Amino acid sequence: MSLGRCISMGLVGLAGNTVIVEVDISDGLPHYNLLGLPDAALNESRDRVRAALTNSNESWPNRKVTVSLSPAWLPKSGSSFDLAIALAILVAHGQLAQESIDSTLILGELALDGTIRGVNGVLPGLIAGHRDGIARAIIPVANIGEGGLLEAMNVLAFATLADLLLFLRTGTGVSVSAPVTSEHDETFLDFEDVAGQSLARFGAEVAATGGHHLLLIGPPGAGKTMIASRIPTILPALTSDQTLEVTALHSVAGTLSQRSPMSRMPPIVAPHHSATRVSMVGGGTHMIRPGACSLAHHGVLFIDEAPECAAGILDSLRQPLESGTITIARSVGNITFPSQFLLVLAANPCPCGKFTGRGLGCSCSSLQVRRYLGKLSGPLMDRIDMRITVEPVGRTDIASTELGESSAVIAARVIAAREIAGQRFKGRGYKLNSAIPAKSLRTDFKPDRSAMNFLHDQLDRQQLTARGLHKVIRLSWTLTDLAGRNQPTLEDVMKAYSLREGGIS
Amino acid sequence: MTGAQVRRSRNRQIGAFGEATIASYLLTRNFEIVDRNWRIKEGEIDLIAIDGGGVIHFVEVKTRSSLAFGDPLEAIDRVKARRLQRLSLAWLATHHHLGREFFIDVAAVLLAADGSHTIDYRENIL
Repeated sequence: MSLGRCISMGLVGLAGNTVIVEVDISDGLPHYNLLGLPDAALNESRDRVRAALTNSNESWPNRKVTVSLSPAWLPKSGSSFDLAIALAILVAHGQLAQESIDSTLILGELALDGTIRGVNGVLPGLIAGHRDGIARAIIPVANIGEGGLLEAMNVLAFATLADLLLFLRTGTGVSVSAPVTSEHDETFLDFEDVAGQSLARFGAEVAATGGHHLLLIGPPGAGKTMIASRIPTILPALTSDQTLEVTALHSVAGTLSQRSPMSRMPPIVAPHHSATRVSMVGGGTHMIRPGACSLAHHGVLFIDEAPECAAGILDSLRQPLESGTITIARSVGNITFPSQFLLVLAANPCPCGKFTGRGLGCSCSSLQVRRYLGKLSGPLMDRIDMRITVEPVGRTDIASTELGESSAVIAARVIAAREIAGQRFKGRGYKLNSAIPAKSLRTDFKPDRSAMNFLHDQLDRQQLTARGLHKVIRLSWTLTDLAGRNQPTLEDVMKAYSLREGGIS
Repeated sequence: MTGAQVRRSRNRQIGAFGEATIASYLLTRNFEIVDRNWRIKEGEIDLIAIDGGGVIHFVEVKTRSSLAFGDPLEAIDRVKARRLQRLSLAWLATHHHLGREFFIDVAAVLLAADGSHTIDYRENIL
């Protein structure tokens, strides 16, 4: 037989398309032809595959080799087809039985010496293959961590082409099994490290409980970054479905080296303020990669020095903030990545950072101060639920030998409050207070009368927009849940109002 | 003779041996050899033969004594194949055979150290 066929996977965003790799060997001059819209990296597969085969003591067919990747219309990129091409060539060359690789998804890049190298996007590829009814997969050893997450599939991992061929031909030799990795990323961060800062700690707790976006304003060195980077430690652990989703996103982006595939810890992504729009929301030319806002899915997106961000970068977050997804339009199609994150912004009070307390030592003009925080205003600020001032740490706090409340204690309160909210929203399709639709805020989840009177007064005095009013009610529900009450009281609503309107003077 | 001349002379001998080997191989397949080493300004055709069905075969013979520089047939790229085609048409025109069916074949002869050889013959490569 001079025809070989095997199955691989092409990714467009997170969506996998099953790609059939077909190889035909016919008489004629030695020639290699690769069909199916390959990009540069894929076109180079010819030389990698040939060297890997000869260095694994396999023969290269010195005839006309035609490799076709179908569906032909789908542009294919990357090196993950190498292994599938090599096996299909061996089948076409009569060196391997077609049955040995039937209904098996094959992913992997080949090194010149026949080593099977790891590739990006293995987990989403396996998920798509499982959906298409493929029972078995062969992946590189480097990707076994994420491959082991999909228990419904028979996933085999091999280190070299020679090992794999021995297994396929004789059934002897075994695949490498998934290492036992911790479900918790090793983290040394804990809220007990934070001295003082009771208001900011409280803000972080409320944000984690209700999913409310947060702006921290304070002078350099006050602890904004310290607090933000500890928010994942008080968020509830990811469910197994969420872990799968988060790991799939990090797999496509190629950032799994920084994160254990099994980790149940919500991710935190902190792009630098010089980030470009593509790095923030995702994109790219050949491979469409998820951006920071998708890598922070089910976790925290923390932007330090937010007013320093280039114009439009923060505003590009408005769509994911609104819909929980980000859609990127490219010639290959519209690609949607999930993007539900807790947004935490940090800012100095002014360009020089000293406009705090009595403002002594601040050298900025009042115009500069206004312009600085003005960069944050507008539609984005309307979506921020809390503006919290982080005061410089005073001598009593820093001198105190007593540790602050630990993350575990705060996390227990967060989980308890989320439990209460979850009971309340049973059958409604959302779980967090920040997700209550406006309609329900006016009917089912209306605060008591005195509280509503207070809010209507603020509305009349134009201290509050309609959207702001709804945000305050949502926030007050979170305060109610944390306090263990049944309905927001006037006190809860006033507290929520001050959390929302505070910070910016 | 200089070293280069010795090498060239040896290469010529190897080439002649390969062509003779293929010629006798074609005779065993009942081909009629009609021309050998037909040369014009543009190049050379090693063998021209007519098979039992009357089809004219233009044969390029590659002879190697080792695989150190790859398979002999890999030496024939697209440009060389096109030149063979042009030469074939020139031969047909000068011998009043234009319009007859013809194939362009390539043959590889690989010499082993012990004096034996193997033949790889591919018909109609275009």
